[in-house]
Amino acid sequence: MSGAARQQSSDAVVRVRGLETRFGADVVHRSLDLDLRRGEILGVVGGSGTGKSVLMRAILGLLRPSGGSIEVFGQRVEHAEDAQRVMARRAGVLFQDGALFSSLTVLENVELPLKTHRPDLSGQLRRDLARSKVQLAGLPDSTCAKMPAELSGGMRKRAALARALALEPELLFLDEPTAGLDPIGAAEFDQLLRTLQRALGLTVFLITHDLDTLYTICDRVAVIADGEILAAAPLQEIEELEHEWIREYFRGPRARAVREREPATG
Amino acid sequence: MDERDREPVAQAEGTSRGPQDKAELVPDAREAGLLAARGEWVLDNIEQLNARVESLASQASRLDASGITRLDASGALLLERLFCRTGQAAGEAGLTGQWRTLFEAVDAACDDARAPEPAHEPQWRQILARIGRAAVEVFDSSRELLGFLGITVHRLGRTLLQPKRFRLTSTVHHVEATGLDAVPLLILLSGLVGAVVAFLGATVLRDFGAELFVIDLVTYAFVREFGVLLAAILLAGRTASAFCAQIGMMKLREEVDAIRTLGLDEIEVLVLPRLVALLITLPLLAFIATVSGLIGGLLVSVLSLDINLTMFLDRVEQTVTLRHYLVGMIKAPIFAVVIALIGCLEGLRVAGTAQSVGEHTTTAVVRSLTMVIVIDALAAIYFMEIGW
Repeated sequence: MSGAARQQSSDAVVRVRGLETRFGADVVHRSLDLDLRRGEILGVVGGSGTGKSVLMRAILGLLRPSGGSIEVFGQRVEHAEDAQRVMARRAGVLFQDGALFSSLTVLENVELPLKTHRPDLSGQLRRDLARSKVQLAGLPDSTCAKMPAELSGGMRKRAALARALALEPELLFLDEPTAGLDPIGAAEFDQLLRTLQRALGLTVFLITHDLDTLYTICDRVAVIADGEILAAAPLQEIEELEHEWIREYFRGPRARAVREREPATG
Repeated sequence: MDERDREPVAQAEGTSRGPQDKAELVPDAREAGLLAARGEWVLDNIEQLNARVESLASQASRLDASGITRLDASGALLLERLFCRTGQAAGEAGLTGQWRTLFEAVDAACDDARAPEPAHEPQWRQILARIGRAAVEVFDSSRELLGFLGITVHRLGRTLLQPKRFRLTSTVHHVEATGLDAVPLLILLSGLVGAVVAFLGATVLRDFGAELFVIDLVTYAFVREFGVLLAAILLAGRTASAFCAQIGMMKLREEVDAIRTLGLDEIEVLVLPRLVALLITLPLLAFIATVSGLIGGLLVSVLSLDINLTMFLDRVEQTVTLRHYLVGMIKAPIFAVVIALIGCLEGLRVAGTAQSVGEHTTTAVVRSLTMVIVIDALAAIYFMEIGW
């Protein structure tokens, strides 16, 4: 199936058409089209300042685009508040440095979405559910009582992942999940993501700079440049494209090293 | 893409979310102790399922999970509890395909042995402990402030010997931010307080036919006490908090550590410019506050009491001697040191979290205000005793 035909398939969870965002005179996205399909891990790459995080924030309804349309779960989002309402229940977000609430313990952080959206749950059950999410994210039970400031970077990300999973979302947004982790920790986090995505049937929107992540766990890769999506396709197809940035990114010394290590992916 | 990945979601696609009563856990009539789990074991039904699990788990010996049509990690947690009870493997219970993968992932990760709740200390002991901690804290922080004063004086001395080390630009910036920008508010505040003092005085003194002494009241009050006190209170609220938050954020973002690793000294770079700036601005602000307080009093006297401008100015000239002025002004540099040091010290004590910035900013304002007022009271008593 060619990339264009895939793009049109109807099982898109998030469909962005002609998105335009600007801050004052700065145009971030000119006319951006992107589909996020059910059950895939979509890696979003692009140089610094090309608007990867801005795209995520627009889909989440955290900022208002200046033009274009965003459809989420087949519903067109007219107002940012609509998106926020839908997203709060059905999507989990992992921000760059976790964004755990620093005044709450890890367990309380994970309990918070449950408390907000499932007020009918009994305290004990809520705590049990939250604890299971912490463990599912690969953290030892003793982490529950700790404050975010006491955790290492990798543990903070895992705790934030547990919070993102608390409401059993179908959709997961990740902003550079492996940034700032050591290679071993990053590889473990990638594996955790893959395992959880398979087990829970998640659809994942993943912003990353980490070539290892792209090669090991992403089903498709979307490249943002010049305010639009240059291509969204499986990695092998992207690698073949003739574009200066893509060539430098995927055929530079770092990418070559990764490719040699992991010959068969996809 | 791997078909297996998409299968579960395709099943779930047609189902709407929201409360549903399609999930069940019922005893199966065919066999004693056999429980049948059916329907959607998901977060939406979790409360109801949990109740069923709690009531039926004790009599369960075997579980038939083949009727489960949808499962998520929350539902899997409840299933895991049942399986713990029956000792079955997921496959034996008829859990297949995607749901089995999901269950096994949850089962592998979760150790459902409930951690014991931490034992709570009795209330009265907690209260006692807090009082004790607070007392120790007061002692410690006073000692810390003294130590900080010592370090700062040392650095100030070193800078005086090597004037090139002094950061003039930074100091000028802080003079503007703490001094110039505070002037309009200060004029308004002390002008109003001056007017209020004049009114109050007039109300009391009119009964004695001594309305003229309103001028003495306003003058004494502002020249000796209120001018410098109002300026110091304003700075304690406005500037101690700003210093603390600025330095606290720098501490959080490791800028203070960066200063140290670059071979600079954070006291010299951060504290000295702020201290010197306050030493310059507070006396000036105190003077402005004094003058605008007098003007406030003058306006009230001239406009609503039977006192004319010449009388007011004559009387001020007779009352204000250099001595009174010095009694007021000598406190300004002391207040400046107290406010700058407490603000900066609290900023440097920030650690870890955004909440910590908030806590230390509050402490900075509260402690600098307290110190200013206590010092002012002690000074007032002292100067009265020596007859100034």
